[in-house]
Amino acid sequence: MTSTLPAWFQARQQAAQKRYEETPTPKRGDEQWRFANIKQLKFDNLSGEAVEADASDLIARSTGLESPVAKFVFINDQVVLTESSLPETVICLSLADALEKHPELVEAHFMKQETRLGSAKYAALHEASVKNGLFIHVPDGVVIEGTIEAHHWISGETTVFPHTLIVTGKSAEVRVIDIFHSAEDTTPGLAIAFNDLCAGQNSSLDYIAIQELNEVSRIISINETSTARDARAKGFILNTGAAWARNESLSRLEGENSRSDMLSVSIPDHVQEYDQRTFQHHVSPSANSDLLYKNTLYGHSKTVFSGLIFVGETAHHTDAYQTCRNLFMSNDCEANSMPGLEINADQVACSHGSTSAQIADEEIFYLQARGIHPTQARQLIARGYSVEAVARLENEEVEDLLMKFIDSKFARIK
Amino acid sequence: MSLKIDNLHATLENGTEILKGVSLEIPAGEIHAIMGPNGSGKSTLSKVIAGHESYIPTAGTVTLDGADISEMSIDERSRAGIFLAFQYPNEVPGVSNANFIRAALQSRLPKGEEIDAVAYYKSLYEKMDLLEMDRKFTARAVNEGFSGGEKKRNEILQMMMLDPKYCVMDETDSGLDIDALKIVAKGVNAMRSPDRGMLLITHYQRLLDYIKPDHVHVMSEGRIVKSGGPELALELEEKGYDFLKEPALA
Repeated sequence: MTSTLPAWFQARQQAAQKRYEETPTPKRGDEQWRFANIKQLKFDNLSGEAVEADASDLIARSTGLESPVAKFVFINDQVVLTESSLPETVICLSLADALEKHPELVEAHFMKQETRLGSAKYAALHEASVKNGLFIHVPDGVVIEGTIEAHHWISGETTVFPHTLIVTGKSAEVRVIDIFHSAEDTTPGLAIAFNDLCAGQNSSLDYIAIQELNEVSRIISINETSTARDARAKGFILNTGAAWARNESLSRLEGENSRSDMLSVSIPDHVQEYDQRTFQHHVSPSANSDLLYKNTLYGHSKTVFSGLIFVGETAHHTDAYQTCRNLFMSNDCEANSMPGLEINADQVACSHGSTSAQIADEEIFYLQARGIHPTQARQLIARGYSVEAVARLENEEVEDLLMKFIDSKFARIK
Repeated sequence: MSLKIDNLHATLENGTEILKGVSLEIPAGEIHAIMGPNGSGKSTLSKVIAGHESYIPTAGTVTLDGADISEMSIDERSRAGIFLAFQYPNEVPGVSNANFIRAALQSRLPKGEEIDAVAYYKSLYEKMDLLEMDRKFTARAVNEGFSGGEKKRNEILQMMMLDPKYCVMDETDSGLDIDALKIVAKGVNAMRSPDRGMLLITHYQRLLDYIKPDHVHVMSEGRIVKSGGPELALELEEKGYDFLKEPALA
């Protein structure tokens, strides 16, 4: 990092480095790593041989929405493209620029919550190593029409630390998509990504992460969301790529009558492993959280879901739901689900559950009886299975984009 | 030109024989009705014609315009021109009606050829109008949250869109009120053609007031035990299925 970084940031990075070194590596038997493949945490072969990538080629391959309201492309955490037609009052900068131009705003919101779902060590490594990312601050009353889109490329056998920090003011609205790609098909990269979502009073914040890394790369992605009074936050994760992905998502419902939707679609194939841990933390009364994770498993793939709804002592009249569903498309895949619920308040409505199923023969029969080949019938049903979570975003343009990535994954499945 | 079923026997996977030698020929241009009590094998016959894999044909043949289809898979039979309207149509969550029918039509085209979207929607809307289906049904997931009557109408919509040579309708009238029955019958009657054969499977004569069959067959215990003209349905309605058991009529 350069010396122009604010002192507070440098101090935090140094402290984080120390914390990283002092925090033990997760091991077998740790509750937060139950069913996890601990071997995936050996990162020593990724010591940072970044490849000098052809930026214009990767910019050309950074396809997403037809016309995002702002677009960023990062290669190994370096900005190579910035386009924006956002109103001037909105701050939408690379994190490096934001640290220089708005250090006080970044400081007020940067990594404020404690990482408690298992990856505290890697959150510390992220904090110590982060060089860049996206900083978005939407002031009070500003509604952004359209979507901000960022592409994060890993090129070479290296580790990236993308960080997305989004802050919405009172009654502001914003929607942001991060897309994680690999520049090469067979080079193992590692991303330790972090997204901080701070939804201000009565604001609306939608965040979508699309992970389509190559199948030898790994990613740890940590999400921390906080919602102020009457705020609405939606977080969506699509996993189609990577050898191994660990998602930790924590929503802290801090304000009364706030709402958090936690959504995910994962389609692992071959020997891909997706390990997802979630925490719906109800602090205030009358808040609502609703989690829906849908996995469609092919080949010898594996998923782990562990979720906790925690209703604090003052969080009366909480509505909290948690559903994880697994659809098995082969006999060799494995899904582990550990839903959890802890209620310490009164008059709450909560439910949690997980299901695992295969497509019934009768369902296939119906589609086949219309002339559809059984392989295609299974894919149509599997595609439809993902739609329920995607449709919760209630934005046609973004839903179409997600279905495009989902279709592209199905097209690769033999 | 006909759909011909000859001495068809079929068992469940556990060996229980359901069809015990059914023979029936439905020439193009004719409507045949099969009536019969519960458990007589009517629905099984429709599924075996469609190629359902839970039933094992043990003897006999099904031929479509002279070609034996016994070795064809379910989807091959559909593309060859057989349509089964289900008694209990499945729900397909997340797949819109429009995309579902489109996928079915697409499966009939050679590789690389695409459906013309404008012509497709024009045709779809025409048929939906005839069946008095709201346009919003195109975007709704197939049969999800549909009422019983809406599901049956949706079956007829699919049948009209796929334009099969032979239609097999399994208890299409069950669960329909009289208004819905009339609409469904209107759709089926619109499909009457000298080039198309139809087989209606029903429990009640009521359907046949609206769709006039050329021939009526009665099925009992896995066999067709009686065949006749439309008057046979009235006789059954009047006397009940028990009259089949009287020796004089056997």
